[in-house]
Amino acid sequence: MNWIFEPWPWYISGPLIALVMFILLFVGKQFGMSSNLRTACAAVGAGKASDFFRFDWKAERWNLMVVLGAMIGGFIASNYLSDNTVEINPETAEQLAVDYDITSAGSAYLPPEIFSIDALSNPLNIGILLIGGLLVGFGARYAGGCTSGHAISGLSNLQLPSLIAVIGFFIGGLIMIHFIYPLIF
Amino acid sequence: MKYFIYLVIGIFFGIIMFKSEAASWFRIYEMFQFDSFHMYGIIGSALVLGIIGVQIIKRKNMKPLDGSEMSLSPKDRGVVRYLFGGIIFGLGWALAGACPGPMYVLAGAGFSLILLVIFGALLGTFLYGILKDKLPH
Repeated sequence: MNWIFEPWPWYISGPLIALVMFILLFVGKQFGMSSNLRTACAAVGAGKASDFFRFDWKAERWNLMVVLGAMIGGFIASNYLSDNTVEINPETAEQLAVDYDITSAGSAYLPPEIFSIDALSNPLNIGILLIGGLLVGFGARYAGGCTSGHAISGLSNLQLPSLIAVIGFFIGGLIMIHFIYPLIF
Repeated sequence: MKYFIYLVIGIFFGIIMFKSEAASWFRIYEMFQFDSFHMYGIIGSALVLGIIGVQIIKRKNMKPLDGSEMSLSPKDRGVVRYLFGGIIFGLGWALAGACPGPMYVLAGAGFSLILLVIFGALLGTFLYGILKDKLPH
């Protein structure tokens, strides 16, 4: 039964992601995992602060249901379908250990050095997670979409703005990993 | 009851994100180091099938099940918002090691500190709403 716990290869995962996008299109919606953040802000009254949040958020409640489902899916997969380890390129794992003291590659799903409760005692770590999230939320709305909305939905529809956004995603990601990580870790 | 389908779609999506390891910090780091084909294979194969499927939908003029219009309207034109917004997003994606979909998946998987990232993302979304009119688009 070990195969149940094996990760899915890219040629299974990628097509299944495309399938999710098509299912959403055929129920009259579009695939995008960040607009729910705007819906959530509107639902808790952010409309008082900005007209950006004054829209019929109740019509967008469906994307909050997708979010709830994604959480349930994560629960099911981690508890019943995975041994919660991720094998990466041994050279990358070695580099993480040598440069950043992150030695959990191959034995964890997320590095406990950053994501375990113990890591809360490090204020820098709290800052990393909060600011990382902040940049994701701000950037996704500024760019009008995230990985799913631009890199999958938008590029599938051959949208030039999505190509520009995806190039931006990679510029930002490469700057962070290659120039900023060595400064903060 | 009409929301049930979205819950099922979300569960399906969550399992895919977790099992593909696209929700793993390690995979995102490895991707930006160009040390593995895995993430590029996921995005690339989704994209190839996505492009083919969207072309078929358009050429056959297919409609959603309820007879409405497909949500395939063109994005607003522009460069600045997509480039700057994209770069800001990319910085955060690599810093937190998670983009919006996987954040929720990881919360469900029991990683409590991901809630800090989700809180940050809500804050960032709110901040954009406040600053929107002052930003170049």
